[in-house]
Amino acid sequence: MVLLRKYLPHLVLALGAIPMLLPFYWMLLTSFRSPAEIFDVSLWPIPKNFDAVENYARAAGQVPMARFMLNGVIVCLGILIAQVLTAVPAAYALAKLRFPARKLMLSLVIAALCIPMQALALPLYVGLAKTDLLNTYFAMMSPFFLSVFAIFLFHQSFRSYPDEIIEAARIDGFSEMEICWGLVLRGSLPSLAAFAVFSLVAHWNDLYWPMIVVTDTNLAPPPLGMLFFSDVESGANYGALMAGATIITAPMVVCFLFARKHFIAGLTMTGVK
Amino acid sequence: MQPQSLQLSGIRKGFGADDVLKEIDLSVRPGEFLSLVGMSGCGKSTLLRIMAGLETPDSGTVSIGSRDVTNVDPSDRDLAMVFQSYALYPHMSVRQNIATPLRMRNLSLGARLPLIGRMTAKASVLSKIDAAVNEAADVLQIGHLLDRKPAQLSGGQRQRVALARALVRSPAAFLMDEPLSNLDAKLRAHMREELSGLHRRLGATFIYVTHDQIEAMTMSDRIALMSSGRIEQLGTPDELYQQPATVTVARFIGTPSINLLPVEIDASGRVMALGRPLGVSVPARYAGPAMLGIRAEDLRPAAGGFAVKVLRSETYGADRYVTGHLADDQAVCIVMRQAAGDPIAVNGEGLSHLVFPEQRAHLFGADGNRIETTVPARIAI
Ligand SMILES: Nc1ncnc2c1ncn2[C@@H]1O[C@H](COP(=O)(O)OP(=O)(O)O)[C@@H](O)[C@H]1O
Ligand SMILES: [Mg+2]
Repeated sequence: MVLLRKYLPHLVLALGAIPMLLPFYWMLLTSFRSPAEIFDVSLWPIPKNFDAVENYARAAGQVPMARFMLNGVIVCLGILIAQVLTAVPAAYALAKLRFPARKLMLSLVIAALCIPMQALALPLYVGLAKTDLLNTYFAMMSPFFLSVFAIFLFHQSFRSYPDEIIEAARIDGFSEMEICWGLVLRGSLPSLAAFAVFSLVAHWNDLYWPMIVVTDTNLAPPPLGMLFFSDVESGANYGALMAGATIITAPMVVCFLFARKHFIAGLTMTGVK
Repeated sequence: MQPQSLQLSGIRKGFGADDVLKEIDLSVRPGEFLSLVGMSGCGKSTLLRIMAGLETPDSGTVSIGSRDVTNVDPSDRDLAMVFQSYALYPHMSVRQNIATPLRMRNLSLGARLPLIGRMTAKASVLSKIDAAVNEAADVLQIGHLLDRKPAQLSGGQRQRVALARALVRSPAAFLMDEPLSNLDAKLRAHMREELSGLHRRLGATFIYVTHDQIEAMTMSDRIALMSSGRIEQLGTPDELYQQPATVTVARFIGTPSINLLPVEIDASGRVMALGRPLGVSVPARYAGPAMLGIRAEDLRPAAGGFAVKVLRSETYGADRYVTGHLADDQAVCIVMRQAAGDPIAVNGEGLSHLVFPEQRAHLFGADGNRIETTVPARIAI
């Protein structure tokens, strides 16, 4: 009984994890298999012909994979940096400063959380087209520079920062920016880690927006690059395609594993005592 | 820096609809230890924060020395503040915490940066800061804690670090908001002595907020007793105890609390307590209901006194508190303090008869204000 009670939750969670992980497993499996085996529904991990070397060589060699990855890094970091630079002061002001219409602005932030990206796609596209900015890194990044989700997340975490420390800092002569970045954000590093994981994963994997604003292969981030690649180069070479997918997924998995502890602490919002 | 005076005049402050401070005038003398004391929620912290510049008054002015600082930023007022929660910077070591007020004042932004700063800051300034930090740490005996983080310290140690951070520079005045209230009783008593000693040694202006009248009574040169946004009385601890200006002050100051008996002032100005006249008189215009305040130590058992039903007695070493209520009125609680060796004179029905020197009783009118009594030449008891 005791054993059951102890392990039952784990069992349930493990069962739930299987459907989540299955596509990844299949991706990995397919990237090892030879073309002949691709449509084999067996989940047996050891392929009859171990074609991993060939698949990965194709993915890395025939496609400008490095270029796609670099584009992905530029876009993701550009977005993340701009988001943090704008969201942190905004969240600090909403959480800790007193000014008229503060409550209203906070409500607007929360309301804005409900607006999906897709609703804005058309006006943003038209705007970028009119200003002749399509097919640039800027076009891929700019719609995401202001993240209401980041403002909301940081606001929740900054709110619990002790007011008396902020006041002590004001008396000691810290400027509001020094308080915001040097004290308050520093007390919310788990939230920063959590947000960074969210943002990096979302934009690294984003296909929708780059597909709308970029047609130049040289600017394509990894998912769009893979799309171009699957169309042009390798028609039906799913082994190589999945090898490419594995390569572009790997950095995100590593990134999550590194930030995992902070990520979870940041989501449970207990970052600051 | 010479200790400075600090003046508040006509300070008002409201949050939304409630007036938290109503027209406060207060003048703090240079080098004095002044306590702001009152019940929780009476506006003490708000007043202190207005002095510090953390809160802006709706009207009125704040000046330090001869300088009007009403619209001056907190950091330019040259004050140091100690907070109830200590407010240490959590990511800094104790040494860095204490050094911060000096670094912020004496180093440029570039020189304060973590790595580059070490190289660009003037060595002479840095060594002066180090010396000041060590000296402040010595005064508060925390030299051995300098390399720890605040999270690794006990409450009492954090308190000392917060004090060291305040006195590392010589500010115009020290502001303290209930700095001892998070400590346990024994440590609090000890820190009270240390704070008094620190005040004597520095000769600086201390403005000290507390809800604990014992802290205020034991440490202060003067006390400003606040109640619902006003200063009820400003005076030395003795004045507040011996001459409370209002019934609120009389209730607040002193342990155990003062005994308050309902009395009646008749048309000729005689004070009728429990159906008989007291040997004091007041101007006839005060005629009407009033309150008589008698300190617990002024009561003693004697034949012919008023009857009190004794409920219990507690002995605290040398003292004994005898608690009961008026025989005629259960709602009026009476506490007598006597030496533990004295007998509790209780008759068979559990009644004790108590008398008090009438000139030591305090009379308060229906509005709560003190009424001065005149004692006729012949003293009744
Ligand atoms: N920032 C604020 N916003 C709204 N009300 C406040 C604020 N600060 C204090 N108050 C109110 O002002 C009153 C006095 O508070 P405070 O000065 O902290 O009292 P004390 O320190 O004497 O306990 C309280 O009723 C409190 O609720
Ligand atoms: Mg307070």
